Amino acid sequence: MRTTSRASRALVCAVAASTALTLAACNRSSDSESGGDGEAAVGVALITKDSTNPFFVAMQEGAKADATKNNVKLTVASGKQEGDDQGQITAIEDAIARGDKGILITPMSTGVNAAIKKARDAGLYVIALDTPPDPADTVDITFATDNREAGKLIGQWAATQMAGKPATIALLDLFADKIVSVDYNRDQGFLEGMGIPVNDPKKNGDEAKTGKYSAAGGGDYTIVCNEAANGAEDGGRTAMEKCLAKNPNINLVYTLNEPTAVGANAALKAANKTAVIVSVDGGCAGVKSVTDGVIGATSQQYPLKMATQGMEAIAKVARGGEKPTPDAGLDFKNTGVALVTDKAADGVESITSEEGSKICWGN
Amino acid sequence: MSTDVTSAAAEFARRQQSPLQRVQHQLHRRPWLSPLFLLVAAFIGFFIATPTFLTPNSMGILLQQTAIVAALAVGQTLIILTAGIDLSVGAIMVLSMMVMATLAKDDGMPGILALLIGVALAVGAGFLNGLLVTRINLPPFIVTLGTLSIFTAIALLYSGGSSIQAEHLPRLLNFLGEGFGIGEFRITWGIVVVILIYAVMAYVLSQTAWGRYVYAVGDDPESARLSGVPSKRVLLAVYTVAGLVYGLAAWILIGRAGAATPNAVPDANLQSITAVVIGGTSLFGGRGRLIGTLIGALIVQTLQFGLSQMGVDQQWRVLATGILVIVAVAIDQWIRKVKS
Amino acid sequence: MSTAATEHLDVAHGGIPAGKEHIYAQAPVLSARNLVITFGRVVGLDGVDLDLYPGEILAVIGDNGAGKSTLIKCLTGAYVPDSGTITMNGQPVSFRKPQDARDAGIETVYQQLAVIPALDIASNLYLGREERRKGPLGSVLRMLDKKGMEHRAGESVQNLGIQTIQNMGQAVETLSGGQRQAVAVARAAAFGSRVVVLDEPTAALGVKESGMVLDMVKQLRDKGLSVILISHNMPHVWEVADRIHIQRLGGRAGVITPETHDMGEGVAIMTGAKKLAAPA
Repeated sequence: MRTTSRASRALVCAVAASTALTLAACNRSSDSESGGDGEAAVGVALITKDSTNPFFVAMQEGAKADATKNNVKLTVASGKQEGDDQGQITAIEDAIARGDKGILITPMSTGVNAAIKKARDAGLYVIALDTPPDPADTVDITFATDNREAGKLIGQWAATQMAGKPATIALLDLFADKIVSVDYNRDQGFLEGMGIPVNDPKKNGDEAKTGKYSAAGGGDYTIVCNEAANGAEDGGRTAMEKCLAKNPNINLVYTLNEPTAVGANAALKAANKTAVIVSVDGGCAGVKSVTDGVIGATSQQYPLKMATQGMEAIAKVARGGEKPTPDAGLDFKNTGVALVTDKAADGVESITSEEGSKICWGN
Repeated sequence: MSTDVTSAAAEFARRQQSPLQRVQHQLHRRPWLSPLFLLVAAFIGFFIATPTFLTPNSMGILLQQTAIVAALAVGQTLIILTAGIDLSVGAIMVLSMMVMATLAKDDGMPGILALLIGVALAVGAGFLNGLLVTRINLPPFIVTLGTLSIFTAIALLYSGGSSIQAEHLPRLLNFLGEGFGIGEFRITWGIVVVILIYAVMAYVLSQTAWGRYVYAVGDDPESARLSGVPSKRVLLAVYTVAGLVYGLAAWILIGRAGAATPNAVPDANLQSITAVVIGGTSLFGGRGRLIGTLIGALIVQTLQFGLSQMGVDQQWRVLATGILVIVAVAIDQWIRKVKS
Repeated sequence: MSTAATEHLDVAHGGIPAGKEHIYAQAPVLSARNLVITFGRVVGLDGVDLDLYPGEILAVIGDNGAGKSTLIKCLTGAYVPDSGTITMNGQPVSFRKPQDARDAGIETVYQQLAVIPALDIASNLYLGREERRKGPLGSVLRMLDKKGMEHRAGESVQNLGIQTIQNMGQAVETLSGGQRQAVAVARAAAFGSRVVVLDEPTAALGVKESGMVLDMVKQLRDKGLSVILISHNMPHVWEVADRIHIQRLGGRAGVITPETHDMGEGVAIMTGAKKLAAPA
């Protein structure tokens, strides 16, 4: 007995001492592998907001899969959760210290701008993905989907579904406590698509709560609520429940992303209500929701393209190639958007959920 | 005669100890040795593993990354030494930071005044925690769970949820982000402040009567009271001093982040508790050293930073931190089992 | 004397131990008259008198609930009596809190010892009355005189003849029960200028350790301190006490000496099986 307990104690000690060493050893071997061929591998850091949102997970996985092809040594990092500026700042500093050539980042907020500047001063090429930072010239270039356009598409489509009937709208946004561009661009884009006049185009919730929408023949509208859902199912459900409590006659729900839409749908089901739900992202799970009729339409974006194109661009710049430039009329490089719906409407270009499922991201 | 017998017996007992037991005994006397050992092991490991780890530049960055949590962990250590816990650390820091930044930017207040008001507010927040713990006799966990939400909400309401960039702030508020370099090794004034906080509080804890009272109150509050220690006053002071430390951390954070953001360091409470626990301070109070906390904070950040330099992905780093906490506490438990 | 079941013992109150008459010729160091304390409807003390003379060991015995601890707590400031007077050397005193009694020279060793396990012996001895360094280090920087306190703590312990404790820097949690008791007694001895009160000091100890503690109690008396010893252990009481104050039902059933009464009689008085005759 005594020997066993001693042995186990020794084991604890050994584990402690060697945790770092073991992890070190594992990685070291993979280092030497990648350094094998003639051209030196380019170090790139991919820094997302978190590592749980399927959007970012898809981005990470897509980039990893493409890394070897471009002879890139990719390191994935992220904040611990939405709002963790410090986590991203730390990851940026780590990349600088590691000697990476470039950073792909979905900036959390303006709080990371100073760190991005530090990276660029140190000679790293920084590409923002998905969300352009504020101001946009904080980074070298942004690879993004046009969130405004994505919002407009579902707005236009939603108006055709209302077809002149009064629209009672719930807006399920991202945050209540901070302002990020993806949040207002999708929300305000949706309203613009419906033909509802927005007040400050960079501010959610300051539009008139009642009035007329002009798209697809037009009609009366009522905005019941702007609720923050934090981009997740549980938040979506809670937010929708609050909105239904205010007004049970909601017939149109805008959701920031598909997890929010799934949560909103659960709340509607529980309350025994139906409404047209529109969303943005176009992840495979989201497209499936369109097939199932849960989501009426979603604007599909291509995060894998962002990450892989961004990585290619950095590799190219690092090897002396030319730098990418923004698309005409935009302050970022657009990686595209398409409306996915099985109820195609006149005047709104769309693809079916079957088509969408072939080019979707995530699982 | 009897003296001879006992000391002979003690000598006999000493000879009976195995080498491992002797190590255990030494570690028991200096509980911060085992985290220090872990830290050194991590340094050696990462030095072997990656060329970018043990460079002057990297070491400067490592210290900067550790600074905030290390500062917060001072307050957390004080409170945990009294057998309490503070979940509102980050909330107090962020509240203080947003108030400093907003006063300076929107109200055009001079930097020094904004700074003093912000720090004073943090002191007040700590004092409020202390009042609730000592006067209404609520458990610290509950008190700070409540004030965590309250202070977070006030910070968001007050700041309107938007962040304030460094260029809108007076130089004094950003000052701790500036620093000096010894070659590539860059030290910010924020790091200097953290080191000063540690030096002062380590002195207070080990060299003054108040420091002893902190340990006494944490170990056995009733015995402390019967021995003439003003337990409630000591507790109240501990929470208030912790508030002061959080206020200074707020100042450091503005300089480090280059902005004041209401969502900064969302899990500051867990990070600071992790540093304290790894540093060998008992969650049951009365036992622990501040130097251990500093080492604990450094270990966590070293592991994170070292793994990142090796190109290990984030998810694995989180996993490694989890293992580290359990290993560190397991060693600590083993040390504490030593028999007299 | 012990003719079985007589209701009354014909021995007067206030027996004085033979050969120590000079002690009892002095004025008592601590004296309580007619102490009353109630807790709601429960009467804790019902008019208790107590006299403690310089350089004696007064044991207080009594059944559970007889009011031993309540009496002691009134004398040491932990409770404030509803009525009655306490005098020290003839001067009336009023203890509102334990610190008041301590300032008056009464030190108490509580049953739970009131030592802090994580702190070392010297720190425990000086807890609540730390001494600072001389000069600006002490007055401005509030630095403790650790060496000095450790040195004096060592002397205090040595004075009690405790040989098993050598290192004052040792944490109290590494000590045995008897050694911890010794630390608590040493603290009381070091600071109690007049009276030391010990509440059940041998309750949790083995035979050998109990012997050590009783030796210390005797040494306190021999140094000229007055000791109040509360104990359930009759052999211990009969071994060390000069006089024995018997508490019963919130009042004083009598005061006897180990010479005049044996343990059986003491217990009989304590339980009410026998009574002492009214004081002469």
